[in-house]
Amino acid sequence: MNEEKEEKIKITDGAGGRAMDRLIGDHILANFSNVSAGEIGLGELDDGATIEKENGGTLVLTTDSHVVNPLFFPGGDIGKLAVCGTVNDLAVMGAKPLALTSSLIIEEGFPTSKLDSVLASMENSSTEAGVPIITGDTKVLEKGNMDGLAINTAGLGLADKPISDAGMEPGDKVILTGSIGDHGMALMQYREGLSFKTELTSDIAPLNDLLSIAQNAGGITAMKDPTRGGIATVLNEMAGKSGLGITVKEEAVPIKEAVSGIAELIGISPYEVANEGKAVITASKETAEGVVEEIKRHSLGTDAAIIGEVNKDWPEKVIMETEVGGRRFLEEPLGDPIPRIC
Amino acid sequence: MEFKFKDKERARDLVQLINRKVPDRPVKIVHVCGTHEVTITENGLRSLLPDRIDIREGPGCPVCVTPTADLDAALQLARDGAIVTAFGDMMNVPGTDKSLKELKSEGADVRLVYSVSEAIKIAESTDREVVFLSVGFETTTPMTAAVLANDPPENFSILPSNKLIPPAMKSLLELPDNDIDGFIAPGHVSTIIGVEPYEPLVKNYGAPIVIGGFEPLDILYALALIVKQIAAGKPEAENGYERGVDYGGNRKSQDLIKNVFKVTDSRWRGIGNIPESGLTLNSNYENRNARQRFDIDPEAGQESPPNCLCPQVITARATPEECDLFRETCTPKSPYGPCMVGEEAMCNIWYRYGGRPKL
Repeated sequence: MNEEKEEKIKITDGAGGRAMDRLIGDHILANFSNVSAGEIGLGELDDGATIEKENGGTLVLTTDSHVVNPLFFPGGDIGKLAVCGTVNDLAVMGAKPLALTSSLIIEEGFPTSKLDSVLASMENSSTEAGVPIITGDTKVLEKGNMDGLAINTAGLGLADKPISDAGMEPGDKVILTGSIGDHGMALMQYREGLSFKTELTSDIAPLNDLLSIAQNAGGITAMKDPTRGGIATVLNEMAGKSGLGITVKEEAVPIKEAVSGIAELIGISPYEVANEGKAVITASKETAEGVVEEIKRHSLGTDAAIIGEVNKDWPEKVIMETEVGGRRFLEEPLGDPIPRIC
Repeated sequence: MEFKFKDKERARDLVQLINRKVPDRPVKIVHVCGTHEVTITENGLRSLLPDRIDIREGPGCPVCVTPTADLDAALQLARDGAIVTAFGDMMNVPGTDKSLKELKSEGADVRLVYSVSEAIKIAESTDREVVFLSVGFETTTPMTAAVLANDPPENFSILPSNKLIPPAMKSLLELPDNDIDGFIAPGHVSTIIGVEPYEPLVKNYGAPIVIGGFEPLDILYALALIVKQIAAGKPEAENGYERGVDYGGNRKSQDLIKNVFKVTDSRWRGIGNIPESGLTLNSNYENRNARQRFDIDPEAGQESPPNCLCPQVITARATPEECDLFRETCTPKSPYGPCMVGEEAMCNIWYRYGGRPKL
């Protein structure tokens, strides 16, 4: 119907999910040709890229731009997000984060006091994660040319053996390090101005310590942090990249009551909203129980659970075994979920 | 005792009961409600049932069954300068040449509302004419009736496209190739209308009708009651959702509707004209009818776009998978036919939950 019109970027193109896959494939990957400096490059669409060092070890490089509405939300703010997001991208690649950069883009008229609280929060998270911020850049744009504040952070890490998100094997168990949907639903609740009060806050946290403990337990084949698009997106990506299938048991997936309450009310699935302090891990069936035990000992992993397993039956698909015992596909969401209208 | 709506053992018991009772032949059961379809698909209920039970969604999605002519009327009103208000999903349904959303992007004053009261607020804040595109079944109509009875601003009118569920079920039973073995009647609609309106349908057409709730166990329970009736050869209108539906329904809401609306013949997309299946404003409220207030071209647009199987899907004669356009040229992001628009619509639900694979 609209072939004549010029194609434009839509908001759903940036929301994770299938629409974003097309944007990246048809435009970004189509225009760049020199895209790798090591085993994992841009084409792998992993959380970061690798550069193998001559004398052993692998450098992992990642970058992430952060915008969030609102800038301050229950349990965190854009500063904490900027540090934790990048630290976590390195951690799920199996790397120990070495250092971060911080680029601030600020709108003219942005209150200095707010900037200070965001920076203080970056400082806190950098201390908590034990990762220094060693260089940065600052730009101020004319009023109206952007909305408030955007932060880009890049991170450099070092891995003995990087872990890709494509490495799972048939028979592996799928581990979730804690409850899903906390971040997405906390924001949704705040944005929608829902009148009821819950204790729900974002799960935002640096995962480097937790994931290094998990790795030491052994047998981990893949890791990924389920941010935008939630675990529905991440599980489908992991299945797609490995060419294998995943079966998830609905009743095994930890979900807080407050999260399922809001989900029911606004008609958005907790599987499709962002997490900022969780990881999906696959581990061999011999080691998975031990990995979960180690994770559970850490304060960020007390609700960890095995939620499913990897198989060859339905390649590149995720199957959900529902609470009543039915089976269906868990599909990748189309774009950012919006609250139900009727 | 804690009652869990998703209890696996209770589900297994009900499935066993269904397995024992269901006749040894294909059995087609139709529900008439988008929320039922979501419950069925989201919980993978079809995978629990024997293959010979085929559950379809009939004309249960207000967005899907609203005819092109009504959308064209709304588009015309917006072009002529009225503020047109509509529910979110209606914004995306293609009219003859475009959707309300597309017209809005060209500068027309079309506004998304979450309820009819919001449309009233808009009318209170302007001197311009405000028209509400009034779609929906017995569930949504009482609210519109209440608002109209409550003396809304002079510049407010509605484009009535309200529809009734039992006549639509009747029209499916009257199709020459009808092979429906039973209906799950919609819980929300039945809360308003009760059990009674289904009784003549059972008497005249012999297919069981069981009212179902919205939890997975509610659906399995309704299915169990239907196959029990089939096995016993004693079809009846039965209430399988007693915690939500009284036999007589909600009299107050029924009175609200009667006070403002009157029954009329109505066009359904995919089905055509169904006698006494819609509601329009009665003589006391005629001045609130945008069709009276404005000069609207009554010419109907085309029923649905070429090659779109929506008419067959709405009448439970095809599944989305049988349509060549499904998932290919027709997706929720870029819907070709009305059944892909909105979260209550069959094709949209099958797209989001991966259809009905053999798992």
